[in-house]
Amino acid sequence: MSNWKTFTKGLLKENPILVLLLGCCPTLATTTSAINGMSMGLATTFVLIMSNLSISLLKNFIPDKVRIPCFIVVIASFVTVVQLVMQAYVPAIYETLGLFIPLIVVNCIVLGRAEAFASKNPVWPSILDGAGMGLGFTLALTFLGSIREILGSGSIFNWRFLPEDANTILIFVLAPGAFIALGYLIAVVNKVKKSRTSK
Amino acid sequence: MNQFIISGSPHVHGPESTRRIMLDVIIALTPAILVALYYFGWYALRLTVISVAACVLTEWLIQKYLLKVPTTVGDLSAVVTGILLAFNVPANLPVWMIIIGAVVSIGIAKMSFGGLGHNPFNPALVGRVFLLVSFPTAMTTWPQVSPIFEKGFFADAITGPTPLGLLKESAGNIDKMEVLDMLIGNRGGAFGEMCAIALIIGGIYLIARRVIDVWTPLVIFATVFAFTGVCYLIDPTTYISPIYHLFYGGLILGAFFMATDMVTSPMTTCGKCIFAFGIGVITVVIRLWGAYPEGVSFAILIMNALVPLINRGFRPKRFGSKK
Amino acid sequence: MAKKESTLKNMLIALLVITVVSGGVLGFVYNLTKPAILQADANKNLAAINEVLKGSADIASTEVKVIDDLTYNLAYSADGQFIGAAIKTFSMNGFGGKVELMVGVLENGNINKVSVLSQAETPGLGANMTNARFIGQFDGKNPSNYSLKVKKDGGDVDAITAATISSRAVAEAVKRATDGFEANRTQFMKGGNNE
Repeated sequence: MSNWKTFTKGLLKENPILVLLLGCCPTLATTTSAINGMSMGLATTFVLIMSNLSISLLKNFIPDKVRIPCFIVVIASFVTVVQLVMQAYVPAIYETLGLFIPLIVVNCIVLGRAEAFASKNPVWPSILDGAGMGLGFTLALTFLGSIREILGSGSIFNWRFLPEDANTILIFVLAPGAFIALGYLIAVVNKVKKSRTSK
Repeated sequence: MNQFIISGSPHVHGPESTRRIMLDVIIALTPAILVALYYFGWYALRLTVISVAACVLTEWLIQKYLLKVPTTVGDLSAVVTGILLAFNVPANLPVWMIIIGAVVSIGIAKMSFGGLGHNPFNPALVGRVFLLVSFPTAMTTWPQVSPIFEKGFFADAITGPTPLGLLKESAGNIDKMEVLDMLIGNRGGAFGEMCAIALIIGGIYLIARRVIDVWTPLVIFATVFAFTGVCYLIDPTTYISPIYHLFYGGLILGAFFMATDMVTSPMTTCGKCIFAFGIGVITVVIRLWGAYPEGVSFAILIMNALVPLINRGFRPKRFGSKK
Repeated sequence: MAKKESTLKNMLIALLVITVVSGGVLGFVYNLTKPAILQADANKNLAAINEVLKGSADIASTEVKVIDDLTYNLAYSADGQFIGAAIKTFSMNGFGGKVELMVGVLENGNINKVSVLSQAETPGLGANMTNARFIGQFDGKNPSNYSLKVKKDGGDVDAITAATISSRAVAEAVKRATDGFEANRTQFMKGGNNE
């Protein structure tokens, strides 16, 4: 597989959210607005790139039987770094994302890429894989966040196009709206993929 | 394509068609529609017509252009959904909101799951809850009743909270209300759920025509009455008399017309009783301690989700088998 | 480098090295970000105080007092004059439980501004208490001639549409803050002079 393909497969063809359905918990919980979705996506991307890089470097040093604890320690360290940095320099976003930053540790997509890709591939493709998957994750979260913010709050990236007390479809910024929006987004992606392969 | 259609039992169907059943439901709803027209005039008429039209149109458009299958709007199920949805909202709800509700009812709750017979949740209730959560202000401000001969057919409505809404604020508000007013519908509320007598007449018609069985509504009423009765006996200052709980809000409408929906309720009588018991308990819990004043629609939807489980536990007896 | 065998020794070494290195990195980053995190926390508190005392004289120093469950952030100007207090107040009677507010009360007893710190009200109903149209109505009011009760209960506060209980809770919390302020006012004025 070429480097380019390693990078781009995460964007749509193997998009972690829309196709692999990995990491749905942060997706549903943090996409109440475009900014929140994007911040969560970027934080996860950073962790993905760094953990893929380190695990690819360490893959021969780590014995097979203890690889999962080792991966988790590496991932948890990077997540804690992200958490501390966000707490220090972007406290507002840290507060809205709250619990979901530490939960990146258990996001299946991070451990999944470490196990499925970084532990079997050289450093450079591992970085590209992490970047591609992270970017696909970020795109999906930002898109979902935008849909929910437009319908539920009448704004986009915190820019209001409807007055504060307008009747927006509030359900979309609440939990049930997350499921509805994600469900239909996946349906559309499946439809697009189907029509592509049938051509 | 599958040559055989595999579905859960029962496989033997009665002679009645979907269209016939739906027609009976519409007939049963007619008294309540007339009462609504009497109290809200033009508002009730406009809302019902638009809701029905939007439901039918959504189903037709999805089947014709999205799914490209023969249309089934002739079975009248979308008409029933439209009427029930309109019955569950305040008469002065903005028109665009009821259209959103209709699109959600048919588009999300019915067609996304494969159309009539495949929907796990009652479509009209999904539409109603969607609207309630999205537009809580519009959905909980109800017009005060004003019989048309007093104010005229096109009179503007004055808004106010429902009895259950008042109750959430303080139990002291309750002495303003009379049981007689509730029976004939002279109170605030969603316009279809107001007049208990009209709904009970419709319910009895459906039971007589054997469209619904008597157990589901009966068990719901009994559960709500018993549960709120116990609370009332323990502390009459905080909780109100169980009689009010029976007639307030959407309990009668929900028990006769929505909990009995064939697609989304269990198949056996035993299963139906458990289903109805669950609805009663959840309704009371939400009414007494929940964040929303009314819990019937949430209760029915929650129990809808448990129907497959109930059906597993209480399978219909196989035709011809012995005990 | 060949893949390490899964012997006990190798496993122990791998785990040990990785945890020690991770621990070291975390300690380093923690020390690096600690001042910034403390600063951010302090800024947040200060921002909340400044927010509700906005428009008053410049605040030179603040002092924190806790009296009867309420936290008073007392603000003094450079020459020790008492400016006002940012009072952290609450009500337990919201629809969704506790409602926490920060109320800015000026030295003359006027309410300067109210902001909502935390609430768990129904979205779209009680949660609308954060809208300027509701929470802004307290600005510049003096409790001596402005009754802190919702209109339904005979007061002057406009309730949120269809959310009387939440509105009552806010009015109650604001009243608690202004009452507490009045009761302890002389003590606050002195506090500045002693400095």
